[in-house]
Amino acid sequence: MSRADSTPHRDDRRNMDWFVDKAVQILVFVAGISAIVFIIGIFVFITKEGVGFIFKSHYALSESVFNLLEEKKMPDTQLDALTPLEGKAFKTSQDLILAVEGVIGVEETRPYKELLVARSLDQPFSLKTFFTSPKWAPTSELKPTYGALALMAGTASVTGLAMLIAIPFSLGAAIYIGEFATGRTRELLKILVELLAAIPSVVWGFIGLSIMNPLIIKVFNVPIGLNVLNAGLILGLMAAPIMTTIAEDALKAVPDRYREAAEAMGATRWQVIFKVVVPASKNGLVAAILLGVGRGFGETMAVLMATGHSINLPTSIFDSVRALTATIAAELGEAAVGSDHYQALFTLGIFLFLVTFLINMTADLVLRGIRKE
Amino acid sequence: MKKYALIVCAMVLSLSGTPGHTAGTVIQNKGSDTLVNVAQTWAEAYQKVDPNVSIAVSGGGSGTGIAALINGTVDIANTSRKLKRIERNQAKTNGHDPVEFIVGYDALAIFLHKDNPLNAITLEKLAGIYGEGGKIVSWDQLGVKVPGCTGQEIIRVSRQNNSGTYEYFREDVLQKMDFKAGSRDMHGSKDVTDLVEKTPCAIGYSGLAYASEQVKMPCVSAKEGDKCVAPSVATAIDNTYPIARPLFMYTTGKPTGEVKKYLDWILSDEGQCIIQKKGYAPVRPVTCK
Repeated sequence: MSRADSTPHRDDRRNMDWFVDKAVQILVFVAGISAIVFIIGIFVFITKEGVGFIFKSHYALSESVFNLLEEKKMPDTQLDALTPLEGKAFKTSQDLILAVEGVIGVEETRPYKELLVARSLDQPFSLKTFFTSPKWAPTSELKPTYGALALMAGTASVTGLAMLIAIPFSLGAAIYIGEFATGRTRELLKILVELLAAIPSVVWGFIGLSIMNPLIIKVFNVPIGLNVLNAGLILGLMAAPIMTTIAEDALKAVPDRYREAAEAMGATRWQVIFKVVVPASKNGLVAAILLGVGRGFGETMAVLMATGHSINLPTSIFDSVRALTATIAAELGEAAVGSDHYQALFTLGIFLFLVTFLINMTADLVLRGIRKE
Repeated sequence: MKKYALIVCAMVLSLSGTPGHTAGTVIQNKGSDTLVNVAQTWAEAYQKVDPNVSIAVSGGGSGTGIAALINGTVDIANTSRKLKRIERNQAKTNGHDPVEFIVGYDALAIFLHKDNPLNAITLEKLAGIYGEGGKIVSWDQLGVKVPGCTGQEIIRVSRQNNSGTYEYFREDVLQKMDFKAGSRDMHGSKDVTDLVEKTPCAIGYSGLAYASEQVKMPCVSAKEGDKCVAPSVATAIDNTYPIARPLFMYTTGKPTGEVKKYLDWILSDEGQCIIQKKGYAPVRPVTCK
């Protein structure tokens, strides 16, 4: 609606229709910008919960320090007296010792001084550990470690295998539906592909857990069937429908005159598709693949159930792994709000968010590319 | 999956289970997955004892229950481990002084595939299998040959790193050591038995109540040469089974009114017979019908 239409003329009445029109306009506007509001809201929330943890560095009596003091046989009365200091941040270890001495006395502090100096640095997160250590042990009694390398490798291996399976399948299906199938077959196939996309992920996970697991053990003679292969297959099947739908749209966007021109020059059916239609729609096909990657990367429930959920750097497709998303799903429910473990899970969330954002952004830019042509 | 089904059931029950009268008192009860089945049964049976009191039970794990206790959103928290000092203090800071009740005992059973010929295991060997730096990786090292197990590799099945069962195992079997990386960390006791059932190479641990006929439970001894004790309700009661743990209910402050009545009933013969029927050991020997 152009501006001139919506400006009331002198003899216009603000009747019921006018108000309905305005109300609908506002409603549609809110719905339109809600996506932006939500995405910003989610980003702010995840960052708020996780970022503090990344930059945390001070001296404090944390839970693990209390555990150590308890082990060193500090009397209960002193431990109780120190509780108000729990988690309080100090710039240097000397400040912390002074505060402890202030509470329980200089003489009483002496036996624990060494321990306090050595263990009170509260800097649980390090970028280096996060990206290079495979040890994810956030609840360790000895020393919590937050290494996400194994989790990243798990997610990458499962998504990678899923794409190896899904790309040929979905592109093949898209070419068949878009170029070869006609009439009823085509409609039926389209409906079935969309139905495949509607199967809930927990059902896929269940299939992985109770059907594929024993099957893989028998067929490949391996010790356990919950592994990269299992999750990759399932994720491939989950990602294929959406990739097929988008790829088919891309093929359909190629104008018929391209095909007619090629056929007029004597090209066979296959030559038309392979030499003309596919190159003309390559941006759409790449976007379909990238969206599939994004789907695989973010999938949680099915991956949690089918990978074996095991911290492991995979060396073959028969190794169990653990995905980033599955780790958050399994652990967040029981992590105390605001604890180091809780915040560490949010740093995983930030990482995931950035990667999926990047993938979707690329897909979008590529898609934009085709529209310009 | 069963866990979610249970929660849904609990919600449906709490919505539909009280026709004819408006529920007088609702007791919020939350926590340990180990205890959720028996807590649900208690809640249902108590409906007959006092129809004016309804009990809303949900699982989620010991950590979830304790977190709710600290925040004061539950009347009773179920846990399969003792409250930590820090948690007790956090609760106190929020104005809730947790009071502890032992409501039963659970034998932590070791599960093997039914074809596994191993009949006995020691805690030291379990630490060697599960603990960081432990040297036992193959069934050959335990002197058995497991049919159907490729490469005789031991597949360790464990729990997610904040479950009460996981923490108990780390505390008592691994002596606070970390777990070896690479175990399959299941999200629920039932999942452990399900996976061990289907995997010849597997070893797992879980509450005795989650045992099924499809898995085998070896007897456990504290160290080489000690008497090897099979996990059962009886051996958990007489304290001969080395890895039996108490199960707790925590209340916010000294219980009064309906909450006190409910806890008294749980600790009565009637309540204790229910927990025994579910495969846990009661706090004292009881005779049941």
